[in-house]
Amino acid sequence: MKNSVGKRAQRVDGLAKVTGCAKFVADLMPGGALCAKILHSPHPHAEIVSIDTTAAEKLPGVKAVICGRDYPLHTGLYHVDQYMFAMEKVRYVGEPVAAVAALDEKTAAQAIDLIKVRYRKLKPNFDPIHGMKKSAPLIHPNLHKYFHVSAINPVPHTNIANHFKIRKGDPDSAFKKSFCIIENRFHVPQIQHVPMETHGAIALAEQTGRITVWSSCQSPFTVRYLMANCFKREIGDIRVIAPYVGGGFGCKAGINIEPITVALALKCPGRHVKLILTREEEMYTVVVRQACHIRIKSGVDRTGRILAQENEYIWDCGAYAGYGVNIVRAAGYSICGAYNIDNLKGDSIGVYTNRPVGSAFRGFGMSEIHWAIEQQMDILAHELGIDPVEFRHINALKPGSHNATGELVTVNTGNIHKCLDQVAADLGWGKKLPKYRALGIALAQKAPAMPNNATSSAVVKFNENGGVELLFSGMEIGQGVMTAMAQICAETLEIPLEKVTVVGLPDTDYSPYEWQTVASRLTFSCGNAVKKAAEDAICQMKIISAGIFKVRADDVVYKNGVFSHKNKSIELVQICMGYQFTDGHTVGGAIVGRGHFTAEGCINCDPDTGYSPKPVANWTFGAQGVDLSVCPETGRITIHKVSCTYDVGKVINPLTIEGQAYGGIVQGMGAGIMEQLIVDEQTGMVKNPSLVDYKIPTALDMPEEMTASFVETAQLDGPFGARGVGEHTMIPTPAAIANAVYHATGVRIMDLPVTPEKILSGMHGLDFDSKDSNAKPEQPVSRSKKKRGRPPLYAKKWDRVKR
Amino acid sequence: MNTVSVTFTINGEKETRQVRTDMTLLKFIRETLLLTGTKEGCGEGECGACTVIMNGKAVHSCMVLAAEIDGADIQTVESLAGSGELDKLQLKFMEHGAVQCGFCTPGMLMTAKALLNSNPNPTKAQIKEAIAGNLCRCTGYKQIIAAIQDSSRGGRK
Ligand code: FES
Ligand code: FES
Repeated sequence: MKNSVGKRAQRVDGLAKVTGCAKFVADLMPGGALCAKILHSPHPHAEIVSIDTTAAEKLPGVKAVICGRDYPLHTGLYHVDQYMFAMEKVRYVGEPVAAVAALDEKTAAQAIDLIKVRYRKLKPNFDPIHGMKKSAPLIHPNLHKYFHVSAINPVPHTNIANHFKIRKGDPDSAFKKSFCIIENRFHVPQIQHVPMETHGAIALAEQTGRITVWSSCQSPFTVRYLMANCFKREIGDIRVIAPYVGGGFGCKAGINIEPITVALALKCPGRHVKLILTREEEMYTVVVRQACHIRIKSGVDRTGRILAQENEYIWDCGAYAGYGVNIVRAAGYSICGAYNIDNLKGDSIGVYTNRPVGSAFRGFGMSEIHWAIEQQMDILAHELGIDPVEFRHINALKPGSHNATGELVTVNTGNIHKCLDQVAADLGWGKKLPKYRALGIALAQKAPAMPNNATSSAVVKFNENGGVELLFSGMEIGQGVMTAMAQICAETLEIPLEKVTVVGLPDTDYSPYEWQTVASRLTFSCGNAVKKAAEDAICQMKIISAGIFKVRADDVVYKNGVFSHKNKSIELVQICMGYQFTDGHTVGGAIVGRGHFTAEGCINCDPDTGYSPKPVANWTFGAQGVDLSVCPETGRITIHKVSCTYDVGKVINPLTIEGQAYGGIVQGMGAGIMEQLIVDEQTGMVKNPSLVDYKIPTALDMPEEMTASFVETAQLDGPFGARGVGEHTMIPTPAAIANAVYHATGVRIMDLPVTPEKILSGMHGLDFDSKDSNAKPEQPVSRSKKKRGRPPLYAKKWDRVKR
Repeated sequence: MNTVSVTFTINGEKETRQVRTDMTLLKFIRETLLLTGTKEGCGEGECGACTVIMNGKAVHSCMVLAAEIDGADIQTVESLAGSGELDKLQLKFMEHGAVQCGFCTPGMLMTAKALLNSNPNPTKAQIKEAIAGNLCRCTGYKQIIAAIQDSSRGGRK
């Protein structure tokens, strides 16, 4: 019964969610649970002189008070740079300094107020470009002592947490040969994930030494592993259970607040300690998306071919970069987007500042760099008088080209040109539009940013009716992984989808291993593990049937739930629990299939040149186009239509993939025109830590129309040809909007988000001075002697050199 | 600690309880009545995750005090399939892919339910208006709007 993959199947977790039965971590209410609260740093950069917890400890109802000296332990995934609680000094406003567990919320809050911390203020730095200078205060003086994975290159005794370089070809001579050189600067501010469910965790430490954690997390096994490292325990002493997650978008990747609940729980054995963050805490005390200062210089020939390019990304990692360093790396190996450029100089540099901690965010650096790349492409096209779609066709990767790291693109890598044409057709590219209305287009590429040994596993266990329970540990965070895995399993086993029961909420004690639910990697990686587990089960049953048929296993055919050889056949249901002959004797037994998958052949990039023949498991390409109008009086944007097309290899489920596309477009639109976390540069405080002041799109803001379509160029090692797409859907949106705004008004916005004020001041030729803009007056370190100043918010003339 | 006695109907059943005067209806529903289908996304009236129907109107239960519900009729998401059969809205949400992480879903359903009760045949604009106070970070709203439209009297089925 091969009709599950590609089917518009309803979500397997839908029923639990529409009835309110689906339990999220806050919905778990173990009896007698203690309530935890965190004391956060009020300073962006300060020495901790002393912490006095005595008054808090004496408050009736308080069961535990802890701070850094109780647990001088580091956490971090790629770069272990963060203490569980601040030690010696604090590095951002909102950093956890101490925590309490008490009988109820009120008491916990009172106890927090009773903790006395004396600080000696240090000079903060909020500007990564300044942070790269020798004169800047060192935020992590012990950077050289931190443990980091081998793919990361921190620069000791600086604020640079990671520096990724691409050196390809000979850009200097290629620039000299260029007909036209254009250089621009762009800026992307910090933004917030805003999952509707805030972070939460519950911990229980028992006298046996066992620690159990229930957490709203994307990565239960990684939480377990990092926790074992951090608390110096055996991995088996720790159990992590993940209930439903109310949106992650990256902020629940890696490890977050879990160690705090465990530290408290260890002080009150036998009692559950529950910590649910408030919306305000969610906004800046956990993680946010990194800001980025971008410079791109391109040299093109007369025909529109890009001969050389310099891409410089200076990332504001915030106070810690345990996860952020890998975004720096991802931006490095993807440095020039989906384009074929032979002469390339790329630098992706992550710098510590005293802003909130930057971390994974849907798109993992790609949305940020595409904001600049895709505008630069439009600017080049405009300058040469070439249509932006045509310009992209000239330069985008095609079979035979080599991408930034030198990897060869083949016909199976994915077809960006088809995506581009599809979007152009959907939008009616070239059609005549009224004044102040225009189309804009942008491409996207992204690979799963994961360690080369990131692995997935799955178990398929049969039941008496020939159905299966499918176990895996990819987290259902809304993307639809449960449903996709069920479809892959049913398709491979050739049984009806209804016969697959997904046991998809992981418990590290019972569930098969999964590295993390990040990087849009589950359909590909976990999907392969599921497929292999199902194949393993079939293989086992073929061997048993072969014994029954008295033939070789290779001679047994399996089709639609039946094992056969010539005219002999056995139904799956007769064999999956052991086959009983008529005289009663039985062969075989309960079948359990297992599978694992690790992407093959991925090689770390060379630290000096970035070269790698295969830096990542795969690439997903796509395009997005926007049709919008701008009101010339108010500068307000009305988005009429957004169309997107991605080459996903194979659509496993049209219903859920469309959901990813629409959701990504609207999240991308939020980043494009409304969202920005504003840090006060005097106090380091986030000025808009609420949903009142930090607006995300509502139903009234969404585009009037959205379309999603897909190209299916099979990924050779993908399950049924599939590759990931969850994050890609928000990558091109902001740049497509900015390009359309330019075509509609002549105003080029380089500083995200595209607000009505910026458009208006551009249209009126006014200097825009946003009080709240995070853009800094200083510019990325640049060889060119170009004038220094904030990125131009509007510009009709480019810095340009014609030769 | 001040408490008051309130008598109210919850999902069709009449109850009398002592409630603390500083307790929100949201906390009361979740922690006292243990109906955890209703979610807290902000506690400040800004996200709609906590939406329940009170006396026929969709309200943010985090902005109502439990002490105010004396005599009130309250419906939470658990009431929708209370009869043993799924509500049309629930079916349509599943059919249209209007659910992703599911955290906004209970509140969204209750807002939609209140809308359809008062206006069985809303336009797309009226639906958008009605759910504007219910934030969803996952879906982009398109499939939610389609599901509500399809559940309305003029819907396709
Ligand atoms: S929790 Fe009530 S509106 Fe957000
Ligand atoms: S489905 Fe996740 S917030 Fe709406």
